[in-house]
Amino acid sequence: MSAVLDHLPEFWEGLLVTLQLTAASFAGAAAVGLVITAMRVSPVGVLRAIGTAYVETFQNLPLLVLLVLAVFGLPEIGIKAGLLTTAVVVIALYEAAYIAEALRSGVNAVSAGQGEAARALGLSFGQSLRHVVLPQALRTVIQPLGNVFIALTMNTSLAAAVGVVDLTAAANRVNLAEAQPIPIFVGAGLAYALIAACAGFVTGRLERRLGMVR
Amino acid sequence: MIQVKGLNKWFGDHHVLHDVDLEVARGEVVVVIGPSGSGKSTLCRCLNRLESAGSGEILIDGVPAPVEGRELARLRADVGMVFQSFNLFQHKTVLENVMLAPMKVRGVTRAEAERTGRELLARVGIAEQAGKLPAQLSGGQQQRAAIARALAMRPKVMLFDEPTSALDPEMVGEVLDVMVGLAADGMTMVVVTHEMGFARRAADRVVFMDGGRIVETGEPNAFFEAPKTDRARDFLAKVLTH
Ligand SMILES: Nc1ncnc2c1ncn2[C@@H]1O[C@H](COP(=O)(O)OP(=O)(O)O)[C@@H](O)[C@H]1O
Ligand SMILES: [Mg+2]
Repeated sequence: MSAVLDHLPEFWEGLLVTLQLTAASFAGAAAVGLVITAMRVSPVGVLRAIGTAYVETFQNLPLLVLLVLAVFGLPEIGIKAGLLTTAVVVIALYEAAYIAEALRSGVNAVSAGQGEAARALGLSFGQSLRHVVLPQALRTVIQPLGNVFIALTMNTSLAAAVGVVDLTAAANRVNLAEAQPIPIFVGAGLAYALIAACAGFVTGRLERRLGMVR
Repeated sequence: MIQVKGLNKWFGDHHVLHDVDLEVARGEVVVVIGPSGSGKSTLCRCLNRLESAGSGEILIDGVPAPVEGRELARLRADVGMVFQSFNLFQHKTVLENVMLAPMKVRGVTRAEAERTGRELLARVGIAEQAGKLPAQLSGGQQQRAAIARALAMRPKVMLFDEPTSALDPEMVGEVLDVMVGLAADGMTMVVVTHEMGFARRAADRVVFMDGGRIVETGEPNAFFEAPKTDRARDFLAKVLTH
């Protein structure tokens, strides 16, 4: 136990990096996921194909491979970015596929008549998506999106493997000094569980507040 | 106002509209009747391009209906549509339903949209429901809200696709009354309906469709008293005995 308490500042630093990774990559994933979803339901065949290819690609590659490729491969071709930034971008692009998948199931749950009524009023495809279809779709997929958020939080720990000093890397460092893996990693695990629990609490609240009256 | 010339429509191999010609004059109310599957909805949906036409011409106000883009959105803004299943936006209040398109498409200010929105809701008799969500309204109220939503765009033409078919019988009257009022105010209307009473009361002309063709067209009383074609006679016999 003292192994953890003695190193609280390191854990705290690591936790902050994990929170940054999580928040920034979730925001990026949400934005990219929205764009991919719009492409996948658009009337333009080429856009639909690109959207589908995107989702298929990222769902069929391991995140760790992508991280390693980006961190060690990009400098080779002359693209230099900070380690944390690279990790955020890769995690965001990867999780965007899962967000797009969740959003699309939400769009499919909205009856076709909603989009038709919007277009019949003269709204463009983009306007009907933005003002009519997506707001309703979102309300039906709060829970799945919460699950993507939790999975993303856990996945940020893979950034430790490419050198980002997040919570997992901090725990690893402390363990190298103290050699007490059980309290150290249980402590780190509890911190992750706490983030997940908060996410679960928030999605539950959101779902009750925004749940649709049909 | 609307001119349809030689309209054909296919769904895959299925030839749904055959050489349909139809003219609707400004202020005219045309009722379209015919058996289920005869292509009435498809015709309506072609008029505002919710379905693309296979071949033929559709002119709205003398201008060919645009195929896509901004021009198409403008056409749709001028052609109001009321659906059998209401299709009110479920996540918005009745008032917000009525305000959305004028603000986003016509660029009307929020205050102006709200003012006309409330006026229209009063006109269709549901002013007190303005703050409710669609799911909290009866079917008849929802359909009246949908009519108000379409009217908010100040359309040149209104299309109704079986607006009372999804309603409980006791609510049909309230919706038809609103439509009769619109017709009396001079709105150009194309109405797909099985309500013969409405056709007699409000229509200038009845168009009978069967198998994707316009089989007969005539002035309502003449059509209902003495249909000229066997198919129309058979259909009326079936509908009127119910
Ligand atoms: N989206 C569609 N895809 C394929 N077939 C369709 C579609 N919509 C309608 N149809 C077919 O077109 C024909 C005419 O349908 P519709 O216009 O809905 O008739 P009505 O409104 O007179 O009942 C029917 O045979 C129907 O099955
Ligand atoms: Mg129909």
